[in-house]
Amino acid sequence: MEPLKPVSPATRVVLGAGFFAVFIAAWAAATYGGWVPPLFLASPGRTLLAGWSLLTEFGFLGDIAVTIWRVVGGFLIAAAVAVPLGLLMGAFKPIEAFFEPFLSFARYLPASAFIPLLILWAGVGEAQKLSVIVIGSVFQLVIMVAGVAGATRPDLVEAARTLGSGRLAILRRVVIPAAAPQIAETLRLVLGWAWTYVIVAELIGATSGIGHMIMDSQRLLDTGQMIFGIAVIGIIGLVTDLLFKAANRRLFPWAVL
Amino acid sequence: MSAKTLRIEGVTRSFPGQRGGAPTLALQPTELSVAPGEFVAILGPSGCGKSTLLRIVAGLDQPTAGRVLLDGITVTAPGPDRGMVFQSYTLFPWLTVEGNIRYGLRERGLPEAQQAEIAARFIARTGLRGFENHWPRQLSGGMQQRTALARALANDPEILLLDEPFGALDHQTRELMQELLLEIWEADRKTVLFVTHDIDEAIFLANRVLVMSARPGRVKAEVPVPLAYPRDWRMKTTPEFGALKARLMGEIRDEVRKAIAAAG
Repeated sequence: MEPLKPVSPATRVVLGAGFFAVFIAAWAAATYGGWVPPLFLASPGRTLLAGWSLLTEFGFLGDIAVTIWRVVGGFLIAAAVAVPLGLLMGAFKPIEAFFEPFLSFARYLPASAFIPLLILWAGVGEAQKLSVIVIGSVFQLVIMVAGVAGATRPDLVEAARTLGSGRLAILRRVVIPAAAPQIAETLRLVLGWAWTYVIVAELIGATSGIGHMIMDSQRLLDTGQMIFGIAVIGIIGLVTDLLFKAANRRLFPWAVL
Repeated sequence: MSAKTLRIEGVTRSFPGQRGGAPTLALQPTELSVAPGEFVAILGPSGCGKSTLLRIVAGLDQPTAGRVLLDGITVTAPGPDRGMVFQSYTLFPWLTVEGNIRYGLRERGLPEAQQAEIAARFIARTGLRGFENHWPRQLSGGMQQRTALARALANDPEILLLDEPFGALDHQTRELMQELLLEIWEADRKTVLFVTHDIDEAIFLANRVLVMSARPGRVKAEVPVPLAYPRDWRMKTTPEFGALKARLMGEIRDEVRKAIAAAG
């Protein structure tokens, strides 16, 4: 090991998988070895069995689908507002000065604290679930997109001006393409947070979804089901992350990501 | 006169003082006329305001007093009639070499076929054939500056503004780029304003060299270069070249000393 010396992709995969193995081994040792009572922590085998029965007998795939649709729906609404607004704020400083103080205040408002209010306003239906995700991610997203757009290299803007670009052309042909890869990275990051909010929303006043299943399992003290539910979220997160990264490499071959 | 003439009239630039201090004068009132087809080099020590002057001509900076006229019309903003190549690498990283060269053409709304035809012509003239589809990050510094030059030329500007375009390149690449620029200029005779701190470069390329004083900058000497075009690299070892170099070195040395004394 040398400081900052890169490793080969194969080594990276082996090492990354290695920690999963260590983690599961430690879990197995703790549960099968009798160190932790099954009431508190189910063994890997129990968890898989619980997961199998969830999927085959209790229609858990339907819960997963509902949760994914909520995350994607809320996230798309947040992105549709945040990306254009963030780009305008980054490019035009008066717009930034107008929105920035409010957003800096709003982004500290905890989305989960809105749940009682949102239930009052929107009931316990889909609108309330989507609202929690939108509130949780939109303010962060605007500020991060504005930061990315505002960091556009000024010398590229100047070059574009000497080539005949006006204000809107600079936004369209310089700021947006320059910011695009970083915006995609920001979206990837914030999508992870959206997963946290959806589960919080589903723990309270929900009749379907992964969070709802976890709540139900708690009543039955079925730690196997709870752990399986949590692991499913992790796996979905890992897969979306990989998809996002692959898409970014495809969309922005010019960038070094 | 059909072609345009550049006139710089009493252009002055001072920057506001830091924390209420006195403003810094970067450029003393400067007068300059450039005739169509002239290649004028502006030579000076670092921080003498030569880049500021060029940026004012480009419209990227505004003079505190005075004005810049291009064919009698005051310059207020950048425009495609003044093509610029910067010292830093300013290719758009998300466009290929060809995409970069077509940037200004697309901005002017030229039809695709015409864009492609013009881009191909400048790709050939700047020795970029085979690199059309490369991303900027795949290119060496020299290749990037060739592309930047082609991008500026493709717009067919009235005047080409070059701000130490070869300043970041190694010595050998720099000499090759000077020859490339000279070849293009000898063929097109486009008006060029070239900022540099390299004496050899100024003499080799220009038909007139302006020496700027240390900050606050002003034009302290004007040295015509009566060497015939077409020029080639062998010219750099002739006695005539040596005499011009000796004269310019004398002018510059005083200014560099003053600049160092002022900074210290």
